[in-house]
Amino acid sequence: MLIKSSSPSDARPSEITPRDLYLNRRKFLAGVGLSAIAAAGVGTLLSPAEKAMATDQITGLQKSPFSTTEKITPMNDVTHYNNYYEFSSEKDEPASLAKNFKSHPWTVSIGGAVPKKLKWDLDEVLKFAPPEERIYRLRCVEGWSIVVPWIGFSLSEVIKRAQPLSKAKFVEFTSINDPGQMPGQRQRMLDWPYTEGLRMDEAMHPLTLLCFGMYGGSLANQDGAPLRLIVPWKYGFKSAKAIVKISFVEHQPNTTWNEANPHDFGFYSNVNPNVERYHSQASEHRLGEFRPRPTLMFNGYDQVAGLYSGMDLAKNY
Amino acid sequence: MIRIFKVAVFILCLVPLGLLAWRFFGAHPTDMTNWGVGLGPNPVEALEHGTGDWTLRFLLITLAITPLRKLLRVPALVKFRRMLGLFAFFYGCLHFATYLWVDKFFNVHEILADIVKRKYITVGFLAFVLLIPLAVTSTTGWIRRLGGKRWQALHRLIYFSAIAGVIHYLWLVKADIHKPLEYGAVLAVLLAYRVFVWQRQLFAARSAVTTLPRKIAVE
Repeated sequence: MLIKSSSPSDARPSEITPRDLYLNRRKFLAGVGLSAIAAAGVGTLLSPAEKAMATDQITGLQKSPFSTTEKITPMNDVTHYNNYYEFSSEKDEPASLAKNFKSHPWTVSIGGAVPKKLKWDLDEVLKFAPPEERIYRLRCVEGWSIVVPWIGFSLSEVIKRAQPLSKAKFVEFTSINDPGQMPGQRQRMLDWPYTEGLRMDEAMHPLTLLCFGMYGGSLANQDGAPLRLIVPWKYGFKSAKAIVKISFVEHQPNTTWNEANPHDFGFYSNVNPNVERYHSQASEHRLGEFRPRPTLMFNGYDQVAGLYSGMDLAKNY
Repeated sequence: MIRIFKVAVFILCLVPLGLLAWRFFGAHPTDMTNWGVGLGPNPVEALEHGTGDWTLRFLLITLAITPLRKLLRVPALVKFRRMLGLFAFFYGCLHFATYLWVDKFFNVHEILADIVKRKYITVGFLAFVLLIPLAVTSTTGWIRRLGGKRWQALHRLIYFSAIAGVIHYLWLVKADIHKPLEYGAVLAVLLAYRVFVWQRQLFAARSAVTTLPRKIAVE
């Protein structure tokens, strides 16, 4: 694991090698047959298998006060147990099916209630703020959970630059629609493309992470490369993967799982041990643990409780 | 001869359990810290799904015996039916035990709430409960005690158990109903065969009744 503390000797954001340059450098090294030397420098604290998977390292990571000190789930589990229906409904399949997914180049369009519709290149977006490592719990609605060192920065950094109009009350996220690359999209399991949504105040909350990396390197394809959302106090499906569009809208947007089954999957879908829909949500299985553990309200992120004061969470689930 | 076959089938029926156990205990069965690792990132789910799948498969295999022995004209197949049915019950017990133990850790409050509130668990529980009287009365002694007709009527509960089992699977998946539909399709064929036979018998009986007086009249 790479957990860098920010001491004065650490690289300032302006000193961080831009990712595109970094990747080019890696390509160059590979070209002259020095990839083994480059790989040797990657994360000295990663296990050999994890080193082999971390194709590139994100430098200048800042520590985050939001990080948990809980035991981190092995990277191999997080990259081989994926609910990514665009590839397959079987959790062990996205790892191989996403191998050749093209996550570069990547454009994110900004639309809806904004003064100017925008199209940002991913490399541009990644320079909006210095990358932070945030070790978050993630709780799936199916009853399992993981602890992952994600890399990204608060989504608010992007929203600030998009300057949404005051009439925008919600943010809608659209994932890529590419049945050619994503075999799951050739089946009509869900209504593609995948869409998710947050209320504006939820989207602006500092915990809400725009994520582009994990375990010290870039996001694995099967984990939503190159750009995804992480909303740690909500069930995993709220954290949309492979985002191509962010829209600012006046009304609560339609979201994929909510449309598929409105009774079981609510728009808010905050982790809540007291509200039982699809499953009993009172306990969960942390991957790697034998005994179930109790599920915490808001997945233990109590700081978001204020967002829902006065709301009946049994009704607005 | 049939004895040898029975032993072979018995061992074959234990293979799925053996494979699950092999993956669960891994290469070093005495090292408890490694238990479950061979079942992937979520061994609890793998055990639950593995035992559930095999319960459904054995139910369908048991239901296939009667059509197969008639269509293939191998009456001896019926000698394996009880064993296969009991294996369906056996894997059902393992499935239920996995849920009670590794999934819920005998949390009675949560388990009862699950059975009452969650319809896929209610129907799964029903599928399991329906198999209990069948397992109990599977002995030759019970067939004699109940009488063939009544015993046969009781054991038609397996149809409802299998239907409930498929619905249990159908309701528990989030979106991809592909696999439960496959089980459902096989079950539909097996039940359709029974409806067909029953209709034909009914028709034969009715025509027997109507043709009988005419025959007498002709004579």
